[in-house]
Amino acid sequence: MNAINRDTRRASRALAPLAFGILSLFALPARAAPPLTYMIGDGPKAYPVVSLTWGLLIISLIVITIMTVLVCLGAVHRRSPRGDLSIEAVPLLHGGAGLRWVGFGVVITGIVLFGSLIWTMAVLARVSNPPAGKSPLTIEITGQQWWWKARYLSADPSKVLTTADEFHIPVGQPVRVKLIGADVIHNFWVPALTGKMQAIPGKINETWLEASKPGRYRGQCTEYCGWQHAHMAFFVVADPPDVFQAWLTKQLEPAAPASAQDQHGQQLFQQHCGLCHTVRGTLAGGTVAPDLTHVMSRETLAAGTLPNTPGNLVGWVANPQSIKPGNNMPDLFLSGPDLTDITTYLRTLK
Amino acid sequence: MTFQVERVPHAGTATPSFRQRLEHIWETEPGVAGFFSTVDHKKIGIRYIITAFIFLAAGGIEALILRLQLARPNQNLLAPEQYDQLFSTHGMTMIFLYALPVLSGFSNYLWPLILGARDMAFPRVNALSYWLYVASGIFMYVGFFMGAGPNDGWFNYVPYANRTYNPGLSMDFYSLGMVFLGISTTVGAANFVVTFLRLRAPGMSINRLPVMTWGTLTASAANLLVVPSVSLAFFMLWLDRNFGTHFFDVSKGGQPLLWQHLFWIFGHPWVYALVLPAMGMVSEGLPVFCRRPLVGYSAVVLATLATMTLGFGVWVHHMFATGLPNLAMSFFSGISLIITIPSAVTVFCWTATIWTGRPVITTAFLFFASTIILFVIGGVSGFMTGSVPADWQLNDTYFVVAHIHYVLLGINVFPVCGALYYWFPKMTGRLLDERLGQWNFWTMFVGFNLAFLPMHLTGLLGMPRRIYTYPAGVGWDTLNMITTIGAFILAVGVLLLFINVVTSLIGGALAGANPWDAPTLEWSVPSPPPPYNFAVLPKVASRYPLWESRLQASRGASSVTEGALLDHERETFGVTPLDGEPDIILKMPFDSYAPFVLTVGTTAIFVGLLLHRHLWPLAIVGAVIAAASLLAWLWPERRLGQTVEAAP
Repeated sequence: MNAINRDTRRASRALAPLAFGILSLFALPARAAPPLTYMIGDGPKAYPVVSLTWGLLIISLIVITIMTVLVCLGAVHRRSPRGDLSIEAVPLLHGGAGLRWVGFGVVITGIVLFGSLIWTMAVLARVSNPPAGKSPLTIEITGQQWWWKARYLSADPSKVLTTADEFHIPVGQPVRVKLIGADVIHNFWVPALTGKMQAIPGKINETWLEASKPGRYRGQCTEYCGWQHAHMAFFVVADPPDVFQAWLTKQLEPAAPASAQDQHGQQLFQQHCGLCHTVRGTLAGGTVAPDLTHVMSRETLAAGTLPNTPGNLVGWVANPQSIKPGNNMPDLFLSGPDLTDITTYLRTLK
Repeated sequence: MTFQVERVPHAGTATPSFRQRLEHIWETEPGVAGFFSTVDHKKIGIRYIITAFIFLAAGGIEALILRLQLARPNQNLLAPEQYDQLFSTHGMTMIFLYALPVLSGFSNYLWPLILGARDMAFPRVNALSYWLYVASGIFMYVGFFMGAGPNDGWFNYVPYANRTYNPGLSMDFYSLGMVFLGISTTVGAANFVVTFLRLRAPGMSINRLPVMTWGTLTASAANLLVVPSVSLAFFMLWLDRNFGTHFFDVSKGGQPLLWQHLFWIFGHPWVYALVLPAMGMVSEGLPVFCRRPLVGYSAVVLATLATMTLGFGVWVHHMFATGLPNLAMSFFSGISLIITIPSAVTVFCWTATIWTGRPVITTAFLFFASTIILFVIGGVSGFMTGSVPADWQLNDTYFVVAHIHYVLLGINVFPVCGALYYWFPKMTGRLLDERLGQWNFWTMFVGFNLAFLPMHLTGLLGMPRRIYTYPAGVGWDTLNMITTIGAFILAVGVLLLFINVVTSLIGGALAGANPWDAPTLEWSVPSPPPPYNFAVLPKVASRYPLWESRLQASRGASSVTEGALLDHERETFGVTPLDGEPDIILKMPFDSYAPFVLTVGTTAIFVGLLLHRHLWPLAIVGAVIAAASLLAWLWPERRLGQTVEAAP
């Protein structure tokens, strides 16, 4: 099994440049590999699936080519002479060896299908569970309209981390993901690492993923979930194990106390935002919206909607409804100075 | 031929005075009265087709607006809620209000003619099925125009469809509308099944049935089995929303997954119901233009039945990402791959028909032959999504959107266009213009492939479906622009079809009875056919009655000019299901307002249920009207009884 493992791994690595070449031909404006493609993958869960998908795609393209050529060639080669306007003038035919060729085609089809079925089952068995022998990290991820909450589970309650939309994982360690649907059905998908699994209310689904090299992998909700289904992305950031540990330790800390000039901003935040958002170490303890204790450590705002820049942060707090219409964060109608104070305070939450 | 019927009918040939007499018995009253009371399958069939094409145009316009929004990244042409209602209404329109009804229209028009009967088994049920279809379509579109169209996609997953997340009337219109439409589909399907078994020309045994009838038969049988599932699901959703039941309500122990099972148990067989009758039309029409009988009639018929049977066992491949056990997924994955085999049989038989024939390249041929290619493309992408691990990636991306469009346009719209070019002369007496037809075909073919072939790649590059906008620079910009351009070219192609229909109706070349030198019974009667279809009921001795002298393929001899003369009121033969031996002379009902009034009553019931908080008495009024019209419908009539007379 390990040999096969290595083989497919090597095969998909060999395929990757080819795949990237083909894909980038069609995606000229994108400079890097398209972030959501699943024809290039990473990690032990993705490799066998990437090979299978390529394999099935190539079989499909061959079948399409053969049949298109057969139909076109048949129509052109056997066509009755042009200009013969009366269809009755073309004599009727019957008989011929047609059925024998049909049988021939069906046998080939059957063999290819049987092979594909075996391949499918083998891959299914391989990727169903994380590889044995490594102890996985467990993250509980909740999909809700329209962002993702993560809880890094631990036996020690003080080590349970709650964060949103950007999940760091250690390279080389499998990660179990428990999926919860908080309101409607969402679909958890990190194309480069793992296929989809729905987050269904009333049911906890499990999937897993593992990255084999550091990187920033984009994920997205793929089950239609309402107005802002389009803006429900997230990121999985794979770090080397020591970097991951440092990140985890930092994230578990409460927010640093606000400096004197940020006191007003913090008060305003607690007053206007604290019912929904949490900033650990302050009075803001709401749980229906993303935890903002270390919001500045994230690269995007509002579930991948905007890059996390000072300007975007001000724009988002001022006008969430025009940027992401229908989302659950209301327009607060803050005065200019209040807005400045709140966002200045938010920018200290590193 | 030995008749074992109540009376022995006179045999002979039709004289002009006899034809006149039949005309008098069968014709529909002209004007408004006839419009609302007719039960003539030909009129109903054409109405079905026209109505379905109106919905096709509506769904097409919706699609073009969607494509404008998606042409470039970060567009703001549509607000999210507008986009959601448009894509959901587009799906509802094309899948429920166009794709099946247009096939029912062709089958309604053609079945009695191709089977050698004078009407469908239940002509009034036929009228009812049409009126209910129109009424439910209008019902759902009223919601759309009020700003309460469906907004949760055509498969309408809960809990997003529950009242908590979806207040307003959108879901009430959609769920009641679907239950409403389900009645039409069910009564129509029952009519097809009985007609197939009983209303055929003497001698048309089960192995001589025209191949297209098998497609509609299997689709109808499937509909009878699966429509109850979706009607139940939508009814339960409506109860959840309006009366506080908890079928799907998680907080009270309901199950969102239950919806997915109930919907897809219906949904996947339904997709086959949308394509099998159309594949039947290809099997019927393609050989005519290849100047030979279909290669492998029995193989194609068995493949049709096998597809439908296996089609009941694949629904879970829509649910591979819902956390079901591997064993269950492996089973459904296996069937999803195996179901390719019967489709392959059909595709190979069509290809062999081209290779062993002498194709005459008409517009109809082009549409039918292109169906083969489009079917293969739609088929192999279905094969890919049937594989569980691959589907975890492909599912819910534009790859699946491309797949469903290859299936629904490739094996529904394209064969329907072919069928229109093929049978239009029978329906109207005039040929569609061939020159415009070639333009029509090539514009549609190029536009369609330009729009949807690159869309597979959009999916492989990871674009999720049902997003109202997308960011720039993730690799989807160019492909989306190409798709939008293709969609508009496709729309121009469809417009050319409409232009061809209108201009040919006015000034098209006269067709005559059999312009394509085709082999089946509908081509033995004048174009358009008289209200009674056949003056003398034909006798059938082979699969291809009008070709048999040239193919020397039959033991006996078919006869279309000499046969039984049935002229005591509206009469046609009922035959035994397997051998096609006549065993009864059926008295067919006369025109009636009852189906229309029943539909008015039913509509009132549904409007009353929709607005039950304010207008519930309307539902009771509707029920009274419906009961009264049923009573009038079923009231015994002396002239519908069989009169026994001595044998001559």
